[in-house]
Amino acid sequence: MSTVTHVGEESTRAKAVTLPDMGGKSSGRAIKDQAARIVMWSAFVIACVPLVWILVSTLLKGGHMLASVDWWTLSQNGITARREGGGAAHAIQGTLIQGAVTALMSVPIGVLTAIYLVEYGRGRFAKAVSFMVDILTGVPSIVAALFIYALWVTTFGFQRVPFAVTLALVLLMIPTIVRSTEEMLKLVPNELREASYALGVPKWKTIVSIVLPTAFSGIVTGVLLGLARVMGETAPLIILGPYTKSMASNLFDGLMGTLPTMINQDRTEALQPAVDRVWGAALTLILIVFVLNLLGRFLGRFSKVS
Amino acid sequence: MSTSITGHSAIDDLPDPEGHGPHEGDRASTSRWGDRLFGGAAKASGLFVVLLVTLVGLFLIVQAVPSLLNNEANFLTSTEWVPSGAEPRFGIAALLWATVITSVIAMLIAVPLGVAVALFITEYAPSWLSKPAAVIIDLLAAVPSIVFGFWGLTIAGQYFQPVQDFLAGTFGFIPFFKDSGFSAKSTLAFAGIILAFMILPIITAISREVFNQVPTPHKEGALALGATKWEMIRTAVLPFGKPGVISGAMLGLGRALGETLAVMILLSTLNPSAPWSFSIFNGGETFASKIALNAGEFDSPQKTGAYIAAGLVLFILTFIVNSIARVVINRRKAFSE
Repeated sequence: MSTVTHVGEESTRAKAVTLPDMGGKSSGRAIKDQAARIVMWSAFVIACVPLVWILVSTLLKGGHMLASVDWWTLSQNGITARREGGGAAHAIQGTLIQGAVTALMSVPIGVLTAIYLVEYGRGRFAKAVSFMVDILTGVPSIVAALFIYALWVTTFGFQRVPFAVTLALVLLMIPTIVRSTEEMLKLVPNELREASYALGVPKWKTIVSIVLPTAFSGIVTGVLLGLARVMGETAPLIILGPYTKSMASNLFDGLMGTLPTMINQDRTEALQPAVDRVWGAALTLILIVFVLNLLGRFLGRFSKVS
Repeated sequence: MSTSITGHSAIDDLPDPEGHGPHEGDRASTSRWGDRLFGGAAKASGLFVVLLVTLVGLFLIVQAVPSLLNNEANFLTSTEWVPSGAEPRFGIAALLWATVITSVIAMLIAVPLGVAVALFITEYAPSWLSKPAAVIIDLLAAVPSIVFGFWGLTIAGQYFQPVQDFLAGTFGFIPFFKDSGFSAKSTLAFAGIILAFMILPIITAISREVFNQVPTPHKEGALALGATKWEMIRTAVLPFGKPGVISGAMLGLGRALGETLAVMILLSTLNPSAPWSFSIFNGGETFASKIALNAGEFDSPQKTGAYIAAGLVLFILTFIVNSIARVVINRRKAFSE
């Protein structure tokens, strides 16, 4: 912009040269520029509307549920949609257990795959792995759930148990961990590896004691973001993990309530106690997911690479 | 005892304290079994991922085929869905329409909006706002799908009613905008709008990444030639970022096609005898919402197979869309390096 006015001034001083109108502040070009600025700002504001709106309405409608101690300590055992009371402890516990078990299974596979892609992978097989990770990233959660159903229930003849849910979630979590770990490992300077090799340290030891510790906080960030993603997933729970109102901690037998299925259970009810519980569960779920998300980003700041 | 060309070396005769031969080394840290084990584990994990995707496709195909063979209707063109009984008749035409139209509406809103937000974050936002703005948009992706759906149905939906009334009233003669007697919050159009906000973060994230990589000389060059900021963006930033925007849009499309809960909560299901309609103000079911809605009905292999067949089509759709996204972004990488 300043350049344009500058050229304009030059041409008026050197009166001999008649330049075409390069445009002052009022020209069409400047108006277009201003319009673009306004469009970009309003796009951002529009994009913020749903987030703020959702947060405000869940806070207003579910906030009072979370204020009571019962919400964090009691289950919904024996409580009907008509009655108030009870808590979401069973669902919170279920969501946390399933999330933890999912992470426990996905992290080793995801991190090792990323190590393969960055440190070992050359040639065609590595390309195939990378491509498959991309495809896995795009697999809809409902398809992952159907696959586990086809494997677990139809082929093996097992019951629908919480462990099957975690298997479906593993499918969704692996690609996020692979991608974020890969990015972090790539950021580790090659000089560190070379220095280690020069001291006679074997490759695996270099990776375990030099590369991974350097990238550690970045990897943790990726794991937490991945965990935040799978904890909010509902489709696999609907296919594989029916809801129950009572406390449950056995992954291999019976049912286990979770926050998403708790929302899904009560969302069709018109009665006020049930509606309150839906908003309460929604707020709790959002809180868990956001805390994991922000914690991951915060830890990412301490990364030694990046 | 080996005889070397250089003659006899003193080290050859030195007795080794631990009984090793003189040239064996101490086998301490340079031994390679650790490498083989660790490298093997890493490669096995890679193989596991490849197998996993192959198995997903394989299992879905194997379990869908028997039902498809029993199917009395044309799977691709029929709009019926009666997967059980002696003469099952089911087809995906209606599901495909609802899935595609909601995704298209979502894309029409989310791509321009997402690119504009990415431009805002990379070019327009003051430096103090740029990072928090990016985090805010990313947090939008963290809102669980089921919460999005419930919020849309119970709170946001009513505000779409006037828009639908206006469009259906003014352009109702076009079949596309015909009023179908559904409340605005449970139509394909509104589901598409909610989907738009759900896929906005991924489009913004990927566009942002490529816009950040635009070489500064390109931008400064444009400004030095007298371009305004917007002209600089149009001539330098957007052309450079185009492949990123396309692949971001494709990834967003993949998400929109497979999004389940929000769509399932919002959309009104149609009466099986309802006449076919092209209206976006109609109800309907997408692949994902149909499967999720009927999860309790997987009681016979025939029925389950029909839903798995629908899931297979969804898998193939997202596979194609994601592959395109990947090819586009990889080609850009090849050129920019």
